Amino acid sequence: MSGLFRRLATRPGATVPFTIDGVQAEARVGDLLISAILLHRHALRRFEFGPGERAGYCLMGACQDCWVGLADGRRLRACTTLIESGMAVVTGGADA
Amino acid sequence: MPEPVVAIVGAGPAGLRAAQVLAEASLRPLLIDEGHRAGGQIYRRPPPGAERPAAALYGFEAGRARALHDLADALAPRIAYRPGTMVWGIAPREPAGFDLDCLGPEGHGRIPVDRLVLATGAMDRTLPVPGWTLPGVFTLGAAQIALKAQGVAIGRRVALVGAGPLLPLVAHQYAKAGATLAAVLDVTPLAAKIAAAPRLAAMPATLGKGLWYTLRGAVRGLPVRSGVRAVAVEGDRRVEALAWEDSRGRRHRVPCDAVGASFGLRSEAQAADLAGCRFVFEPVTRQWQPERSAEGRSSQPQVYLAGDGSGIGGADVAELQGERTALALLADLGRTRDAAREARLDRQLARQAGFRAALEAAYPYPHHIVKTIADDEIVCRCEGITAGALRRAATERDAREMNRLKALTRIGMGRCQGRVCGHAAAEILAQSLQVPVETVGRLRGQAPIKPIPLREPV
Repeated sequence: MSGLFRRLATRPGATVPFTIDGVQAEARVGDLLISAILLHRHALRRFEFGPGERAGYCLMGACQDCWVGLADGRRLRACTTLIESGMAVVTGGADA
Repeated sequence: MPEPVVAIVGAGPAGLRAAQVLAEASLRPLLIDEGHRAGGQIYRRPPPGAERPAAALYGFEAGRARALHDLADALAPRIAYRPGTMVWGIAPREPAGFDLDCLGPEGHGRIPVDRLVLATGAMDRTLPVPGWTLPGVFTLGAAQIALKAQGVAIGRRVALVGAGPLLPLVAHQYAKAGATLAAVLDVTPLAAKIAAAPRLAAMPATLGKGLWYTLRGAVRGLPVRSGVRAVAVEGDRRVEALAWEDSRGRRHRVPCDAVGASFGLRSEAQAADLAGCRFVFEPVTRQWQPERSAEGRSSQPQVYLAGDGSGIGGADVAELQGERTALALLADLGRTRDAAREARLDRQLARQAGFRAALEAAYPYPHHIVKTIADDEIVCRCEGITAGALRRAATERDAREMNRLKALTRIGMGRCQGRVCGHAAAEILAQSLQVPVETVGRLRGQAPIKPIPLREPV
């Protein structure tokens, strides 16, 4: 599945397995959680206060638009969190 | 008497240079960095595993970026560096000093400090445009960070919109990295840039840089437009196109799947607010900023300011101010002063200030856009508060000041604490009331200035 982001600089290094809404996906070591998700999907989460979805906005930890949930209950700011093997992202149906 | 504890908040160009000066004086400053690696946003270092050559990451600024990163590495043994640590609260101590409430890799902590250097940087300044909450719309800074920190473009066909020197820079970097650009639109009038050109030319190196980017853009056939009057992002569930009106009123539409749009920079000043610093309205860029003397002193005796967090000056100015403010701090501690070094920095800063004024004149904040924002457009991205809700509070409920507007509408009360919506909301309120924007004031900072997880024990 192709996502919103486009990887321009391919790099060597290990792949990192994780899941998005239960679907297996692959990231690279050094990917931020936001990149890992948006390389596969077009949004990170549903907007809680109305219709629509969100995919982050500032990428510098200021706007707080990119908070995502994990199956283990953690809530993470995706632009300041590195992807870890086995993370189970739950988008709540965004971009399903 | 024990040495005073000095904490620097922010590890970008300003914070790192301040740390250098304080380390030279054997003060072993505490350098608190919300990022994972020192460098700040402008010289942001990719996470381990995502490194790329400096020339590819930073282009023209590769030399300066490398110098600062080397400085950070060299300083490591002489400072206490706290990466990944957010200062979310600052409370005064008796009789002097502050308690910093921090959240870092080891959880929450309260750090007592005697003096503070705030080098908190800036973020993109935004204005609502139709469709700006669709997934795929980012700031220009975000577009640049995606490339620098991750080697990714924000989309497959990217449109860039801006009102500042970041626009040609990001356009150039995207083109160079092999991204596909659908359009590059400057909403400031070309006339403003022509009028400011003689003063800009007084700064040959920087002008050369700007021209170089512009030239490279032209060579690559980038569709760059100046004086764009209006833009609107179109799409159902995601970005599908950017519609825009050119300087002569003609309408255009380009298909794209991502948009990078922002309109200059805003100081990240909430920490200074918590520390009790007095703010002043800066009329050229139309924003409130903590008052800072030429030497970097704030209105609070133990608080020092440097870099974009207390006035937008860019990375080179931030480095100079970081060094200068740390020297002022040492002077206040009674240390021996280096008059020649202080004078040299003061001269360089004065020269930069003239250039910056010209740059701001060339790229004015397009606040007039607020008149065109429809009532149903979202201003607060966090909670979906609309322009119409703000206007009704102004006209029907007599909100005449930003904190009153906040109490009535929740604007600025969401997760971002008004970082994204604050300036636009102030312009909308002022326009509704037909008063100058400075008279509606600014949103007061409140701890926690960023969300902290409740599961962490406070």
